[in-house]
Amino acid sequence: MQEKDKTRRKVLIGLTSAIGISGVPFAAIPFIAAWNPSAKAKAAGAPVKLDVSKMQFGQQIQVSWRKQPVFIVRHTQESIASLDLALPKLADPNSDDIVEPYKGLNPSRSKSPEYSVFSGVCTHLGCAPKYFPEVEPKPWDASWSGGFFCPCHGSMFDIVGRVFKGVPAPTNLVVPPHMFEGSILTIGEDKEL
Amino acid sequence: MSEMAGKLFSWLNNRLPIVNTFERHLSKHPVPSKVNFWYLFGALAAVTLIIQIVTGIWLIMPYSNTEEQAFSSIEYIMRDVDYGWVIRYMHTTGASLFFAVVYLHMFRGLLYGSYQKPKELVWIFGCTIYLAMMAEGFLGYVLPYGQMSYWGAQVIISLFGAIPYVGESLELWVRGDYYISGITVSRFFALHVVALPLILIALVFLHLVALHEVGAGNPEGVDIEAHLDEDGVPLDSVPFFPYKVLNGLVAIGVFMTVFAIIMFFFPEGGGYFIEMANFQEANPLVTPDHIAPVWYYAPFYTMLRAIPDPLGGLIVMAAAVAIFFIVPWLDRSKVASIRYKGIYSKIAITLFGVSFLTLGYLGTVGVTEIRKIMSIICTIIYFAYFLLMPIYTKYEKTKEVPTRL
Repeated sequence: MQEKDKTRRKVLIGLTSAIGISGVPFAAIPFIAAWNPSAKAKAAGAPVKLDVSKMQFGQQIQVSWRKQPVFIVRHTQESIASLDLALPKLADPNSDDIVEPYKGLNPSRSKSPEYSVFSGVCTHLGCAPKYFPEVEPKPWDASWSGGFFCPCHGSMFDIVGRVFKGVPAPTNLVVPPHMFEGSILTIGEDKEL
Repeated sequence: MSEMAGKLFSWLNNRLPIVNTFERHLSKHPVPSKVNFWYLFGALAAVTLIIQIVTGIWLIMPYSNTEEQAFSSIEYIMRDVDYGWVIRYMHTTGASLFFAVVYLHMFRGLLYGSYQKPKELVWIFGCTIYLAMMAEGFLGYVLPYGQMSYWGAQVIISLFGAIPYVGESLELWVRGDYYISGITVSRFFALHVVALPLILIALVFLHLVALHEVGAGNPEGVDIEAHLDEDGVPLDSVPFFPYKVLNGLVAIGVFMTVFAIIMFFFPEGGGYFIEMANFQEANPLVTPDHIAPVWYYAPFYTMLRAIPDPLGGLIVMAAAVAIFFIVPWLDRSKVASIRYKGIYSKIAITLFGVSFLTLGYLGTVGVTEIRKIMSIICTIIYFAYFLLMPIYTKYEKTKEVPTRL
């Protein structure tokens, strides 16, 4: 075979391989995209609405949004006033480490000074922290001033979902987008955002 | 008649290398003449793999991979399908025992240097099998859609979330939903019953082909290939049949007895084989008080928990498995077997064994301050065993290995 033919062959092999390989990412698209949430899953993840005026002061309820627990706490004036008690224990009291939608708006971290709305999914590994509002010594903290304790790996949060220092959870509990229309709370949607 | 059969057989054999393959890989395959019980676990792992495949196929038939039906179809198998409970318990017991024999098989490898030149690839294929098994076991555990299926998967999938930048969207992509739903269960089902078994079988095939190419090891670490008879067969070897087949059958008999005792009398293994929380249907709103992995992941789970940062925990946990792959290059010893290695290697492997078991125990119980410290210490010992291996294997005094077995 002549030298010219060899070069020609190399170029042809190179070209066909390149064109063939460039098709691989396109062929991969449907296989990767098929794992995205389907239209049905997206529809099922639509916002939820509820009336929070029936909640008692100090009460915590949880609602399910996208099958995930969202905690709603109705604070008393005392509990809002005593938020500062746990302040030295908090890792990120002003939520500087996370993207928080209503940062600095209210001490409750939500759009309402009276209610806190945050995800009930521990930022460590996704467990659900439990609500212990009472101010009394606990096995996990002798100077407990009320808040949330995660039974899985011992993370602690205050009553508005801010994380303590030195626990496995790295960040505060996430505040989902929400809005109040009178006493109707919508979770998962905020027209002002 | 027999002439006809003979003709038929030679017709086949001329078209398919039956006799050759059978003799080369089974009947006449030379294996070291002196090995001990540690060398049985490979065969037992193969037996368990077959049990898992057969029971798995039978479980697919009545199982339903939807969010509404997954849990109840397991109960249906347990109560309404004739002998369904036997098949399911065979599969769950098989999963635990598969890991048990594979852990012993791997420990044998560390004891007797079964990864040393020229067996590096055998070892690497083995490590890959172990990795595939871990994925297979995890995916399978999600399928009953019980509480522990759900929350265990929640913990594992949120590990992806610890990866910077892409984590959150990766999590959503793996789940295909905003929580672990029927969509997640059905894709895990496809991976568990089709994709990973195919990969596992291919890897086992490669593991065996590579092993038969370089030959099996022995507890003395003697290179039997160095002394061959006039036919090129190692002098210190015996043919696989009948010498290994028959005592292998005894081992399989003992193993099956243990298997049957667990399956019939302790199928939940005291909550270690099937966790009690998994007898409740998955509920995304209620976390079980104590989330523990199945025993065979427990050592790695402890490491994950010991590190306060999720990404750090993920890296340590992944490194703990990945480090097995480079063992052939960490061991700088002139000898293979622990019998001829020096005192440092003996201390190191003992500490490693103890720390691995302790990590396993710690992963199944709740966290306290003292246990947290223990898990950090054991994690350090675990990694020190591997990372210091190039030093202690190189500078310790080893014994002279005999030339013959």
